[in-house]
Amino acid sequence: MLNALTDHLEEVAALILFGIGFSNLLLNRNMIKKIIGFSMMDSAIYLFLASYGYIRGRLAPILPAETPAPSVTQYVNPLPAGLVLTGIVVSVSSTAIMLALTVRLYRRYHTLNIDEIAMRAKEADEA
Amino acid sequence: MKMNDDRIRWLADGSESLDSEMLREYGQPEAEEAPDAFEMPHPRERRYYHLLHTWTHRRGERLMNRMYSVAVVLICVAICALLIATTADMPRFGDAAPLEDDNLSEFYVEEGYRHTGAANIVTGIILDFRGFDTLGESHVLFIALCTVLMLLYLPKKSDPKTMREWLESEADDRRFEPHADLILQQGAVLLVPLVLVFGVYILLNGHLSPGGGFSGGTVLGAGLILYLLAYGFRKTERFFNFRTYRRLTTSALLFYALSKGYIFFTGANGISNGVGTGRFGAILSGGLLLPLSVAVGLVVACTMYVLYTLFRKGDL
Amino acid sequence: MEALNLLLLAFIVICAVAVSVTKDLLTSIIIFMAQSLAMSVVWILLRAPDLAITEAAVGAGITSLLMFITLKKLHAIRIQGKDSDEDE
Repeated sequence: MLNALTDHLEEVAALILFGIGFSNLLLNRNMIKKIIGFSMMDSAIYLFLASYGYIRGRLAPILPAETPAPSVTQYVNPLPAGLVLTGIVVSVSSTAIMLALTVRLYRRYHTLNIDEIAMRAKEADEA
Repeated sequence: MKMNDDRIRWLADGSESLDSEMLREYGQPEAEEAPDAFEMPHPRERRYYHLLHTWTHRRGERLMNRMYSVAVVLICVAICALLIATTADMPRFGDAAPLEDDNLSEFYVEEGYRHTGAANIVTGIILDFRGFDTLGESHVLFIALCTVLMLLYLPKKSDPKTMREWLESEADDRRFEPHADLILQQGAVLLVPLVLVFGVYILLNGHLSPGGGFSGGTVLGAGLILYLLAYGFRKTERFFNFRTYRRLTTSALLFYALSKGYIFFTGANGISNGVGTGRFGAILSGGLLLPLSVAVGLVVACTMYVLYTLFRKGDL
Repeated sequence: MEALNLLLLAFIVICAVAVSVTKDLLTSIIIFMAQSLAMSVVWILLRAPDLAITEAAVGAGITSLLMFITLKKLHAIRIQGKDSDEDE
């Protein structure tokens, strides 16, 4: 466990962030807090993924204009960065959809508490 | 059946209506407190019943909530510990070991620039090698915006209910948005051109330096939103309305799909596509990377701006 | 560099805890924004400048802005409801 902490600092931080986001998602009754927890889980996964692209003592994957003779031992792995860049922009759109649903639910039920919303929806179904 | 209904109502309303139900069903509550309560039909059962229900509604619910929280925290800690224990088997952070037998990354770093002509390898990957994926992602943005549009759009002239909703939201906007705020406007005079120029720079220089369609598009969208915040809808409506959005987004997506399809078609059939990569490191290089990144940036910027206006007003 | 990395990661985790502890929604959104900004510095340390630019514009800019506007909308609706009750 301690070994993991020293060798895998970035990953451990990402996984702790994931756990906190997950408990945030489950524990809070408030919808906005739940959405923040969800976004946190998103960024934790991006951190985990991108930390595997990093290699100590190497440069960012941008070639100099003068002498383009790159060797793989010079630059960090560009693949995770490409994957994560796509993910970050998609996570914005999913957050936007969740927030729009929250606005609609608030307009209808006048509360942000998910328990109350579920209860009133059930009542409305039975009536 | 009726009994069942009553129970549901008690559960829903909490203990107060339960008390009134008990009162109606079992008679006066004072009799319960009185010393001669033993004369009532089933006093002990009634009292236990009452006690049980008040306990369920006051303490029991709290207890269940607490148990739920404890269980959630335990499960999360367990998941975290399990995952962290798993990382011990993975390569060390900052180690070159995962790259050693990774032919794909090696190809991207060493050979990629010859195929794409891009100095920024990440942009080369996103817009060229994984260009189809980026097309799908632009469509994800478009579809997300359509969903938000369905959820939040308030048409102006229709049945009176939505009309009222629209008027209310307009009134909200008027009341809670400080129009013509002097500090914000002076700040925006300074900042908006800078942000927009920076966004355009990132967008156009994506194949040479950090940046590209997504980053440049979000910066441009943020600049537009700042302009809107400072000067209000009256100024932005002049150059950006629904028709502009529709035209820009559909033409950008169509251009992306067509050019990517052309490149794929010619590449798969071994035909020369007539698009060279140009001189390495020049602004007009990288073949189709520059127009593609402009198309992606336009889609992203428009989407961000329209999301904001939809949230704020339910309209553009 | 290592120290800065450690500091930023600790800051991110503390922000995450603070978000779940705070009661006020506005405060928690601002803390989330700060967390995103720290995350964008972590991207620079991980040699991914593309991600840093995108995260700074998206996480600290647009996501937080959408959350603010949602919050404003909800509060506005609530205040308006109260006002109309008083009018009646």
